[in-house]
Amino acid sequence: MTTLLDTLAFNDEGYLLNWQQWNEQVAYEIAAEEGIELTDRHWIVIHFARKIYAENGDAPTLRQITKQTDVSTKEMYTLFPDGPAKKAAMIAGLPKPTGCI
Amino acid sequence: MTDTTFASEPVQLGRRKKAEPKKQRKLAIICSKGSLDMAYPPLILANAARMSGIEAHLFFTFWGMDVITKSKMEHLHVATVGNPNMHPSFHIPTLVGVLPGMSLMASEMMRREIARLDFPPVPEFLELLHDAGAHIYACQMAMDMMKLKPEDLVPYAEVLGAMEFLEIADEAQILFV
Repeated sequence: MTTLLDTLAFNDEGYLLNWQQWNEQVAYEIAAEEGIELTDRHWIVIHFARKIYAENGDAPTLRQITKQTDVSTKEMYTLFPDGPAKKAAMIAGLPKPTGCI
Repeated sequence: MTDTTFASEPVQLGRRKKAEPKKQRKLAIICSKGSLDMAYPPLILANAARMSGIEAHLFFTFWGMDVITKSKMEHLHVATVGNPNMHPSFHIPTLVGVLPGMSLMASEMMRREIARLDFPPVPEFLELLHDAGAHIYACQMAMDMMKLKPEDLVPYAEVLGAMEFLEIADEAQILFV
C-alpha cells in the first residue's frame, strides 16, 4: 500500500527534505507515525513554526514558540512528548531547529 | 530483505523511519558553582537534554546552592578578580577588577549578553526547567552548612543526600560543573 509519505523524500532522521512539499495531510501522517494526534493546539505551533521558517530559514526554538504563542513550556511537552521543538519542526515539515534554547 | 529497486536512489523515497530514540538517555549534573558565568552551563545543558527527550537531573551543592536560593538567585555575580576567563569580550585586568563596583559592572554586562541570546534570567530558567520536567535537587549537607531551610529554596527543589542522588543517577551520564 502506498501512502502519501511514500511519495516524499525524508532524511535519515525522518525530517522532510523539501519543506515546500508539505501540506496539512502530510502533517497528519507524520504525526500519526510519531504517535501524535493533532489538535487545534498543535496547529498553532505548526503554523507558527512554518511562519518563522519562512522568515528566518530556521525552525523556531522552543523558547521562541512559548514566548510568541500562547502555548506554554509545560503544554509543549504534553503536545509533543520526547523532544518538543524537534517534533514540532518534524511535523511542520521543517529541518531540525539549531537553537540551544 | 533488501529492496533492490531503490538501492541506488540518493534520496529515500517512501522510507520514512519513525524518529525513535535508540534508548532512554539520562543526564545527571552536579552543580557546584554559584557565579553567574558558571550557573548557566548546567541549566542550558539540562534544558537541551529535555528538549531532546532526555531525562535531566540537577543536583545543587556547595556554591551551587545560590542558584536555587530565592534571595540569591537573582543576584549572581561574575568574579573580576582571580577569574582567568575575564577575556576577551569581558576583559578586565585583575588590578582594575579589585576596584569597587567592577564585579557589579561585569555582571550587568554578562546579564545583557545572556538576555541578547534569549536565555532567561536564572529564576525564570529554573522555572522553565521545572516545567520541562527536569528534576531539581538540593544537597542536604550544603543546606546544613549554609543554614538554609527548604523554604529558602525554589519550591520544586527536592532536598536529598549525595547517596540518594547517586541512586537516582543510576545509569545516567554524570557531569560535575
